[in-house]
Amino acid sequence: MSCSRMEGKILGFVDGRLKEGERLEMEKHLLACGACQLRVNEFRSLNVLLDELPMIEPSGAFDIRVRARVAAEPAKQSWWAWMTPSPRAALAASMLLLATVWIGSQKLDNSLSAGDIDNINQNLPVLENFDVISDFGPLSDLPQPVQPDEPGDPNQSQQL
Amino acid sequence: MARSDVQLMLDVKAGDEQSFALLLHRYRSPLVNFLYRMVRNREQAEDLAQEVFLRVYRAREDYVPSAKFTTWLFRIATNLALNSVRDNRYQRMEISLDAPVTVDAEDGDERALDIAEKSPNIEQHLVEDARRKMIRHAIDKLPEKQRAAVLLHKYQELDYGEISKILECSESALKSLLFRAYETLRVELAPLVAAQGR
Repeated sequence: MSCSRMEGKILGFVDGRLKEGERLEMEKHLLACGACQLRVNEFRSLNVLLDELPMIEPSGAFDIRVRARVAAEPAKQSWWAWMTPSPRAALAASMLLLATVWIGSQKLDNSLSAGDIDNINQNLPVLENFDVISDFGPLSDLPQPVQPDEPGDPNQSQQL
Repeated sequence: MARSDVQLMLDVKAGDEQSFALLLHRYRSPLVNFLYRMVRNREQAEDLAQEVFLRVYRAREDYVPSAKFTTWLFRIATNLALNSVRDNRYQRMEISLDAPVTVDAEDGDERALDIAEKSPNIEQHLVEDARRKMIRHAIDKLPEKQRAAVLLHKYQELDYGEISKILECSESALKSLLFRAYETLRVELAPLVAAQGR
């Protein structure tokens, strides 16, 4: 393994993440190459040095703030949630259905009886006979309209 | 037996709020630390971490366990952090170069947490403080993508496959990115590295 090839493996070697074959190859190279050995040692020292950076603790209010923001989130509804009936909508729909059925039943009660239908059927030929309807002869039997010759006569209104 | 991250997330999807609280407890510290090391501002890091958890919660309905939970979580965090770093950079460009340099208030946080009880005397305290500043500044100087890669690799101990998915690059590109980042750090911190090796 050349020094340039080793560059790509140095981190994995220091991390202990190289495959067994690669690790053995690296160790073999390091035994023969002082410069690469020095570099590996410096990377290990750097790794230890970076551990000196201290950790911080989140402030006491952190959790409270996160929970408050989460609690303030509106409840998420899926796109088909509108299909789920709400109690009010269900009640309104039921009332409407009942009203429709009731109105329908009322119409049935007002329907014609069998006797009424028979009467209509008996009169139907007369109504359908246009000659009878267009014959105004029977109307001539009606009394003639009274002329208002004597508007002051009180008997006239009684005759009418 | 502790439930896996994926199982917890599936439980959150099913409406179990307690599982979300467990995920929050499990990842609050790693996330805040990762974001803090990315943006170098504690308040901003916590705001971003809150945003990460909120996005996880919002996405619960569509969650499909196709990858490791940490990959998804740190992908959201990295994207937010990179955007924030870029925004901050543009803001800093507007600040006058003549503005006086102030001590970073975050140094105090780190000292208060870690050093006060360990250091037996003030001299050692100062030496350790100076070492920390050097390390922190060396990491800060890395290009943001290299910095994210180092933080995910070194401090979150994610494997190459996960980090490459988070940073949306190939594994070989990630190895190259990490090698360049560690090489830069090795050179920047040469005096400390040499002292460490002795």
